[in-house]
Amino acid sequence: MSRVTSAFVAALITLVLGGFLLGMSLTSEGINLVVETSTTGKMTVLFVGVVLVFLLQLFREQVGSFTSKMRSDERMELPSFLRTSQQQRMWTMFVIAGLVLFPFISSRGAVDIATLTLIYVMLGLGLNVVVGLAGLLDLGYVGFYAVGAYSYALLNMYFGVSFWVALPIAGGLAALFGFLLGFPVLRLRGDYLAIVTLGFGEIIRILLNNWTELTGGPNGIARIPKPTFFGLEFNRRPSEEGATTFHDFFGIGYSSEYKVMFLYLMALVLVLITLYVIRRLIRMPIGRAWEALREDEIACRSLGLNPTTIKLGAFTIGASFAGFAGSFFAARQGFISPESFTFIESAIILAIVVLGGMGSQLGVILAAIAMTVLPELAREFDEYRMLLFGLMMVLMMIWRPQGLLPMKRPHLELKRD
Amino acid sequence: MTNNLLTVKDLTMRFGGLLAVNGVDLEVKEKQIVSVIGPNGAGKTTVFNCVSGFYIPTAGSVEFRGKELRGKPGHLIAREGMVRTFQNVRLFKEMTVIENLLVAQHMHAEHNLLKGFFMTPGFRKNEQEMMDRAAHWLERVGLLEFANREAGNLAYGQQRRLEIARCMVTEPKLLMLDEPAAGLNPNETKALDELIVQLRDEQGISILLIEHDMGLVMGISDQIYVVNQGEPLAAGTPAEIQANPDVIKAYLGEE
Ligand SMILES: Nc1ncnc2c1ncn2[C@@H]1O[C@H](COP(=O)(O)OP(=O)(O)OP(=O)(O)O)[C@@H](O)[C@H]1O
Ligand SMILES: [Mg+2]
Repeated sequence: MSRVTSAFVAALITLVLGGFLLGMSLTSEGINLVVETSTTGKMTVLFVGVVLVFLLQLFREQVGSFTSKMRSDERMELPSFLRTSQQQRMWTMFVIAGLVLFPFISSRGAVDIATLTLIYVMLGLGLNVVVGLAGLLDLGYVGFYAVGAYSYALLNMYFGVSFWVALPIAGGLAALFGFLLGFPVLRLRGDYLAIVTLGFGEIIRILLNNWTELTGGPNGIARIPKPTFFGLEFNRRPSEEGATTFHDFFGIGYSSEYKVMFLYLMALVLVLITLYVIRRLIRMPIGRAWEALREDEIACRSLGLNPTTIKLGAFTIGASFAGFAGSFFAARQGFISPESFTFIESAIILAIVVLGGMGSQLGVILAAIAMTVLPELAREFDEYRMLLFGLMMVLMMIWRPQGLLPMKRPHLELKRD
Repeated sequence: MTNNLLTVKDLTMRFGGLLAVNGVDLEVKEKQIVSVIGPNGAGKTTVFNCVSGFYIPTAGSVEFRGKELRGKPGHLIAREGMVRTFQNVRLFKEMTVIENLLVAQHMHAEHNLLKGFFMTPGFRKNEQEMMDRAAHWLERVGLLEFANREAGNLAYGQQRRLEIARCMVTEPKLLMLDEPAAGLNPNETKALDELIVQLRDEQGISILLIEHDMGLVMGISDQIYVVNQGEPLAAGTPAEIQANPDVIKAYLGEE
C-alpha cells in the first residue's frame, strides 16, 4: 500500500469513528431519543482532526525521526544546587517549610486540591512499593483504599470509634487484606497477577455495594466525623455534650477554613511519615530484597531469599499505606460510597507510579501533582479528561518511557582501611 | 554416614518422556574441587538444578553435611551453605554492584523492621559488617572500583566474577559454578583458575564445577565426573579421566 493510501485509510477511520463520537448526539424528546448532528464547532474540530491524522500518516517517517530525537534516554541529572546531601537536606527543609505555610497564604480551594493531591501522593507511594520496587503488577490497589475508608466509617458508625483510634486499625486491616490477597497470587506473575488483583479490587467494591445491611450499599455512609485536634472539634457547635470546639478553646471566631487547613496539614504529616518510612525501607534488607525480587526471582532463591515472605511483605506493607490514606479520605469527605473506589482509581494510582518512574519517590510525588492539579486547571476540558489522560500517557511513552524521574541508585560509600 | 560434604546418590530426573539425568552419583569432600563434564545437553545443569533445589528430582538422594535435602526448596538449601551460579549469568542488573552483594547477605541481615527504622546501633553494626564483607570480596575479584556501577553495565567477564563474589558473601561451604569460564578471554580464564584454587586453599570451601574448558578442568580438579546423555560415564582423577577410553570416545574425541 502506498503511503498516500494508508494515510487516506487512517483519515477515513478517524472520520467514521469521530463522526459517531463527536458529530452526533442523542437528545431526548419526550420519551423518544433523537439523533442530532452536533454544532459546527465540533464539526470543525472533527475536520481538523481528520486532516491532522492524514498528514501525520503521510509524513510518518519524518515525524518518527523527530520523536526519536525528542526521546531522552539518559537519566535526568540533579541540578547543581542539589548535589551534596547537605544541600539536599537544606532544600528538603525549605520545601517542607513552604508546604506548611502554604494553607495560610492561599485560597481555600487551592488548599482543598492540595489535600487531595497529598492523598494521591500517599497512594502512589504505597503502590510504588508493590509495583515499582517489588515489581508485582497490582491493579486492585483501590481495594485496600476502600478497606481503609470503610474501616473508619463502619467503626465510627457502629462503635463510635474516633478517627485517631481508627487510623491505625484501618492501616492494620488493609495490611491484613494485602496479606490475604498475597497468598493466592504468590505463584502468579505479570499479566496473570494483574488480572487476579484487578478482580480482587472489584470484589471488594461489589461486596461493599451489595452488603446493604452493613455498608448501606450504593447509598454509602454519610456524616463521618472529621478528625479532631487533640479532642477539639472543627464544627461550629460541639457535636455532643461536653465536647469543645477549636475556635471556642482558642477564643477565636468560627471559620470553616480552620478545618480545611487542619486537614491539609494532617495529610502533609501523613505523607511525610510515609515518605520517611519508605525511604528507610528501601535502605533496609527488606527493601533491597523487594528490588532483587523484581530483578530476578530465581537468583533470589539461589541466595537463600524466600520469595514468598518477600512478596507477602510487599503486599502487606504496600496495602497498609492505602489503608491509612483511605481512612483519612473518609474523614475528609465525610461521605463515602463504593463509587469512590472503582477501577479507574486503581488506574490513576498506577499511572502515577508509571509516570513518576517506577521506584522513584520524587517521581511519584511529581506525577501525583500532575495527575490531580492538571485536570483541575483544565476544568473546561472535563469531557475530554480521559482523552487527555491517554494522550499524556502516549506522549510519555514516546518522550520518557522510563518515567519522569527514574529511580536513582543510592550511592554507598565503602570505608576502606 | 560418610565424612563427605555432599553425597548425591542415584539421581534421576525425568521431563515427561525425556530422561535428562539417570542414576548419577556424586561425592564432594571438604576442600575439594570436583568437576562435572560432558557434552552439550548431557544433563549437567539439570544435575545442578536438582541438587540446589530448583528441580525436584524424580528419584535419588541429595545429602549435604549429613542432612537429606532432596525436594527442599532452593532458598532453604542455600541457607544450608550450598550456593550456585548460573550458566547464563543472573545478576540483579538494575541494582549496583554493592547492592547485589548486600542482597546476597540477606540471610545474615538484621530483619527487625523497628530496628531498621530507628537505626539502632545493632542495625548499623550489622549493615557495616555486610558492607565490609562486600568490600572484601569486591577487592578479591577486582571489582572494587565498580562498587556503585549498575551490575548490568559491567563487562561480561566482570559480571561472572561478580556472580562468584555474590555467592561468596553468603559464606557457603560448597560453591557450585555452572560454566564460569564460558565467554571469558584466556587472561580472565587464568584469573578464574587462580581464584577457584584460592577459594579451596585459603577459604577452605569445596567447589563443584561444570566446565567445558578442559584445560581449566584438568588443571584444578581433584575429582572429575563424566556424564553422557544423562548417564554416568566415568569418575576419577584428571589423569584417570584423560586415559579412560570411553571418555575419549564419547567426549574428548569429539573435541
Ligand atoms: N526444564 C526442562 N524441561 C524439559 N527438558 C529439559 C529441562 N531442562 C533441561 N532439559 C533437557 O535436559 C537435557 C539436559 O539439559 P542440561 O541443560 O542439563 O544439559 P547440560 O549438560 O547443562 O548442557 P550444556 O553443556 O549445553 O549446558 C537437555 O536435553 C534439555 O533439553
Ligand atoms: Mg548446562
